[in-house]
Amino acid sequence: MRKLTFSKGGVHPNDSKYSRECGIEVLPLPQVVYVSMAQHLGAPAKPIVNVGDFVKAGQVIAEPGGFISAFVHSPVSGTVKSIGPRKDLAGNNMTHVEIAVEGDIWADGIDLSDTLVTEIPQDRETILKKIQECGVVGLGGATFPAHVKLNPAPGKVAECLIINGAECEPYLTSDYRIMIERSKEIAVGAAIMQKVLNGCPCVIGIEENKPEAVNAMSAAISDLKLQNIEVKVLKKRYPQGGEKQLIDAVMHRQVRSGGLPIDVGAVVQNAATALAVYEAVQKNKPLVTNTLTVTGDCLPENRQHNYLFRIGIPLSYIIEYAGGVPEGAAKIISGGPMMGKAVANIDAATVKGSSSILYLSKQSTLRKEESNCIRCGRCADACPMGLEPFLLNRLIKAGDMEGLEDRSVQDCIECGCCLYSCPANIPLLDRIRPAKAAVLGIIKSRNIKK
Amino acid sequence: MSTTIIWTIVILAGLGLILSLVLYLVAAKFKVEEDPRIDEVEKVMPGANCGGCGFAGCRAFADAAVKAPNLDNNYCPVGGNEVMKKVAAILGYEIVEKTPQVAVVRCNGTCENRPRTNVYDGVKSCKVKAALYSGDTGCPFGCLGCGDCVEACQFGAITMDPATGLPVVDETKCTACGACAKACPKHIIELRNKGPRGMRVFVSCVNKDKGAIARKACTAACIGCGKCAKVCAQEAITVEDNVAYIDFTKCKLCKKCVAECPTGAIHTVNFPVLPPKPAAEPVKKEEVANA
Amino acid sequence: MMDKMLVSPSPHIHAAVSTRTLMRDVIIALVPAIVVSVLFYGWSELLVLAVSVASCVLLEWAVTKWLLHKPSTISDLSAVVTGLLLAMNLPCTTPWWVVFIGAVIAICVAKLTFGGIGQNIFNPAITGRVFLLISFPTYMTDWTVPQGFITKVDAFSGATLLGIVNEQGAGAVAGLDYLQTLFLNIGGSAGEISALALLAGFVYLVVRKVIKPWITLSIFATVAIISGIFCAVDPATFTGPLFNLLTGGLILGACFMATDYVTSPMNNVAGIIYGFGIGFIVMMIRYFGSYPEGVSFAILIMNMAVPLLNRAFHQHKYGRA
Repeated sequence: MRKLTFSKGGVHPNDSKYSRECGIEVLPLPQVVYVSMAQHLGAPAKPIVNVGDFVKAGQVIAEPGGFISAFVHSPVSGTVKSIGPRKDLAGNNMTHVEIAVEGDIWADGIDLSDTLVTEIPQDRETILKKIQECGVVGLGGATFPAHVKLNPAPGKVAECLIINGAECEPYLTSDYRIMIERSKEIAVGAAIMQKVLNGCPCVIGIEENKPEAVNAMSAAISDLKLQNIEVKVLKKRYPQGGEKQLIDAVMHRQVRSGGLPIDVGAVVQNAATALAVYEAVQKNKPLVTNTLTVTGDCLPENRQHNYLFRIGIPLSYIIEYAGGVPEGAAKIISGGPMMGKAVANIDAATVKGSSSILYLSKQSTLRKEESNCIRCGRCADACPMGLEPFLLNRLIKAGDMEGLEDRSVQDCIECGCCLYSCPANIPLLDRIRPAKAAVLGIIKSRNIKK
Repeated sequence: MSTTIIWTIVILAGLGLILSLVLYLVAAKFKVEEDPRIDEVEKVMPGANCGGCGFAGCRAFADAAVKAPNLDNNYCPVGGNEVMKKVAAILGYEIVEKTPQVAVVRCNGTCENRPRTNVYDGVKSCKVKAALYSGDTGCPFGCLGCGDCVEACQFGAITMDPATGLPVVDETKCTACGACAKACPKHIIELRNKGPRGMRVFVSCVNKDKGAIARKACTAACIGCGKCAKVCAQEAITVEDNVAYIDFTKCKLCKKCVAECPTGAIHTVNFPVLPPKPAAEPVKKEEVANA
Repeated sequence: MMDKMLVSPSPHIHAAVSTRTLMRDVIIALVPAIVVSVLFYGWSELLVLAVSVASCVLLEWAVTKWLLHKPSTISDLSAVVTGLLLAMNLPCTTPWWVVFIGAVIAICVAKLTFGGIGQNIFNPAITGRVFLLISFPTYMTDWTVPQGFITKVDAFSGATLLGIVNEQGAGAVAGLDYLQTLFLNIGGSAGEISALALLAGFVYLVVRKVIKPWITLSIFATVAIISGIFCAVDPATFTGPLFNLLTGGLILGACFMATDYVTSPMNNVAGIIYGFGIGFIVMMIRYFGSYPEGVSFAILIMNMAVPLLNRAFHQHKYGRA
């Protein structure tokens, strides 16, 4: 089979998938969970429970705080202890609902059995409503509310649903594990989304370094006799799982600057999101669990894990359960090593988008001293968006906002390829990120004036 | 031979004359009429082009000042009243005197007071660091210590104290242009009135966390207990979001609040040293606790 | 509890590449040519190499430390590369003090006055070489071949093939064995001896993805095409493509000096234009100039065009088809 890939840039970091053979284990419940109100892109959710209330697992505890926002459900049963600011991953204050765990009682109407439900009798609107009510967000990293993306603006037609199973970030294996262990559910989830998008074709894109996942998904599709869905093998290349890159690879179309995937007829959803959609629509189960990888280059092989966890469990609890911070770990990262966030506060609670706890050794993660740019052009070769980071760096130093916009700093997807490949260790992305935000602000205010 | 020299001289001189004539005609044709007062005003400006007045530079300020009907909205913080008097004299406007101000760093999270909880390993910029996370201490409001304010200051008035990890403002050099306040992503630096003989009282903390959390992160944090507000006769102190703020326009420098503060978050500067009570130094929290 | 953890913006990992590893690869790529030159030219070649490298490194260290008060950059090995390239551009009979002056020009004038590595406009090694060529023409065109380690002949004075052509016309090299030239070409500087050794280094650099081949290939193509046309029109006056590709400093220049990151364009299209410019100027100097060889001049002249080329050519952006 011809392997698909995006047309420009990219890097090839060692994939380091040490935890690929570790089956998904169910993480036991802690005594207390903290449910963040900002687990999705957009406005934070508004709590609708009060201190002292008893909540069941799967019960709604917060409502969307805006159009781009999502419902939040209690991941456990227990009593609401407090509602107030608590420090998140980055150490900043965010409203959390603290729930003391009592037993494990689930809200009525939630099907917790393993029985596969393949029939999709509901109509489009019912499914969309269900997805929204179950708080499903994109689990590929951006945590964009799924129902918004699955409901294209009038006039826009979805021509292809792409299920992102690339998992191009090194180390991470949670998507890989669910594609093997829950392949049928994911396939049905994809079929549900196809129905929502009026039966458009669906492609499941998986990188070539996961042949088992390719086989499992292909087998699931043929077993279930699903129509119009096919698995396509992608080249191992970072950022293959980037939304724009994936569309380029699968559909050979490019989203124009400032545009949305739907402009070229694409809807991209992560494999984990497909699973969440399945659970929401077929099992009536809200998004209160997700899969997370505990891995790292300084973690012994027998301590690598993939966990099914309840969203809201503090990171420190998972770290302790998995045997504590390993010897030699210099940095803890939530997410992959290319785009993940460094953990400043290990007491922070997990959120819907948590996909890993990654320990990196000093040797592999410590920044090296910056030296002069030698104009080798590696950053420009690596940039999947065709930008020229060395030039942006120079424009940033000169404070040339017009020049930055002219050179499309706003198109940066912050994949980190430029910094990764720079032989002079210039912190290109560190500098580009605030410049991008500034330029986006300028563009926004200009559009408002118009 | 001699004719060659003569011809050379004639041609070059002629060329020079013609070109100078062209230059003169072009200059005359495209001459821009400009108010001569702009030049005069610009001459008395400090010439730092710092942008503290809100204009791109001193000439832009001069241009705006000449065009404006009065000086209400045009004030050069760097030159202060001295310069503004001269500008007013040139333009024949009423002078709007302003109280001299100075940049004040409202964070006392020294390495000792505020233990580090992690190590930042990225580009040395407060802006980048602030966008990434709360900082390398438990206090998400305090100084990040990367020195964006030092970079922003055109007068060399701010330096980082390596012992405390905090910026220090040199009052003699500070012109209150406000560049540092704009550069600080945590909004810690504030322009405050210099005060009589430079004496000031201010809350050196902007932590909005609840008392216990703030105290845990930094021993010098304002815990929002409100004792200072109660003792203040001028009603200059307000406590909002768990942090006290002293209104410098109301404060009468009585220093009662300083003695009340349980964490020593209220600082005094430039008060005369009165032996045996050493009150000129920032009050140490042990002394306050004993008091 | 535990050590304080690092926190930094993403990405959290870095490719195993640095300025130092890139320069190391260039040095490795030069090894075959160096070995060949030392084998054939013996101690004198070794002396030129040693003096050149040592003076470049020492000068960079001393100037950054005492004059510029900056952290030393000798550990990135770029001074070693400059030293090696300078030496390979000089006749092996060059006196040590001339080599040292070349190093002073290369490091102090061409590199450090512009701000050190990455900031220079002109290729340092070539600047040094051209300075010497203009200032000390007698030393720089003395192509006496000394006793080598594996050659048994006594020292003989051989003019370079290009020199012969410059003086006597194309007919003088009519019977040249090009296969022989490809492997070994006694006479000329160290970088002119073995085309094969240099090409091996070039292939290594391309395979290791240290450089992209476009600039080099563009130079070769331009030289081949121009000399092909001229030779076809008048073979008695103008030498042919094979001769022009295999002789002189063309291969060294095209593979190692024109591809210097700092002084070559970053964009591939701009690189091809840059290569064309070099090839064109080389051929014009060889055919019509008073100097027999023009690679150094051609590269220096095109170095000046690099900022313009960088400004004119940008890579194709995603979504802007």
